[in-house]
Amino acid sequence: MQLSTRHLLGIKNLTKEDISLILSTAEQFKEVLQRPVKKVPSLRDVTIVNLFYENSTRTRFSFELAEKRLSADTINFAASTSSAAKGETLLDTVNNILSMKVNMVVMRHSASGAPHFLAQHIPASVINAGDGINEHPTQGLLDAFSIKEKTGKLEGNKVAIIGDIMHSRVAQSNIYLLKKMGAEVTVCGPPTLIPKYISEALGVNVSYNLKETLDWCDVANVLRIQLERQNQVLFSSLREYSIAYGITRKLLDRLHKEIVIMHPGPINRGVELDSDVADSKQSIILQQVENGVAVRMAVLYLLSGRKN
Amino acid sequence: MQALLSSQQLSDTIKQLAAELNKVHADKKDVIFVGIQQGGAVIGGLIVAELQKMDPSQKAQYGQLDITFYRDDIRKEILAPDAMNMPFNIENKTVVLIDDVLFTGRTIKAALDTLLDYGRPAKVELCVLIDRKEHRQFPIQADYVGKTVETKKSEKVKLVNGEVVLL
Repeated sequence: MQLSTRHLLGIKNLTKEDISLILSTAEQFKEVLQRPVKKVPSLRDVTIVNLFYENSTRTRFSFELAEKRLSADTINFAASTSSAAKGETLLDTVNNILSMKVNMVVMRHSASGAPHFLAQHIPASVINAGDGINEHPTQGLLDAFSIKEKTGKLEGNKVAIIGDIMHSRVAQSNIYLLKKMGAEVTVCGPPTLIPKYISEALGVNVSYNLKETLDWCDVANVLRIQLERQNQVLFSSLREYSIAYGITRKLLDRLHKEIVIMHPGPINRGVELDSDVADSKQSIILQQVENGVAVRMAVLYLLSGRKN
Repeated sequence: MQALLSSQQLSDTIKQLAAELNKVHADKKDVIFVGIQQGGAVIGGLIVAELQKMDPSQKAQYGQLDITFYRDDIRKEILAPDAMNMPFNIENKTVVLIDDVLFTGRTIKAALDTLLDYGRPAKVELCVLIDRKEHRQFPIQADYVGKTVETKKSEKVKLVNGEVVLL
């Protein structure tokens, strides 16, 4: 069985079978990570460049660790410390790197569609590690893996995605994935942070009421308020946002069930999530990070087979 | 399609291998039986079930090893892995690897590489149902053999409907 694509640009163009294959392969890589030697030789003839045009801690470390656990050779590129700062174009930079015999490119970029552009112009496999406000496919996959691990299934689950839906590539990848796998999705947040036609476009429920959404869902994936992406004021203050959409212990205690709490990080503690929620036993935030390595190993492994 | 072992012969061969293993490993405390996915895991399960019948007083520890990530032809084709089930510490234990067919020896080489990432066993033995001896590409031989057969390199030996057949 093989993936239907040689790049991972987004969840949008994956099939249901692709997603199932990545998730089941990730289960086996999770087992690898529990062994005394947490490493397999699968990619020892593969060289990967991590091209980060935008800041990242978690995703970059996670990819780098996944690559090392697969025995790949890796090189790291950060735009701020490279010739990109001297005005070199994206394609020139990448072609220069590829001439050093690099097989795969992991890229994060602030421009939506940058990895798609790259995939059309270079022979190497491209993996999107987050592009602008479009997609963050490996985050979508690791969130799905974590939901499945915790609840045993994806199909039929009720998942709420709460917060800044408008600027969130994590939300978009999660929605594509969960809908493809048969879960129900509700997006919840202030009207200014939810795209107007999202219900028609992506088949999700829309709610502006946090309490109702929490009553409805089995899993709440809480997004970070992305202050760096907001050029205009979309809500009056962080304090006001927190009062209307912040998840507190008190809110969860009044539910007659225990829902699963997720967050892609980094958390703004006391804004979208209180500390006693983030650190509680119903939160799987740190498992998400752990699963991220296994899921990225699965993606890299499955894409590495396609010769240039 | 030619039958190498009928279902009756298969069952007799499994019993014979189990008896040999039971004789050598009368004390099962420090022995771990490991079937190689997928065919070896099936045969391993049958052998261990027989062992358990022969000596119900001791539990035979049985795991399954998947070698997908260690194959030396990985760049030819990427395969989806099978389940790995190795919930024990193999450090200083005797591990008996079990496979259905010993052919080129490459699977066993990959299995040894996989196994050593779980620890350093005191000893590793190999038990196979069918040995296609003349096609070996690596210096590997089995300690317990169900049946040695002469085959053409292009032929395949498979377990189909409870019989071992040559395709």
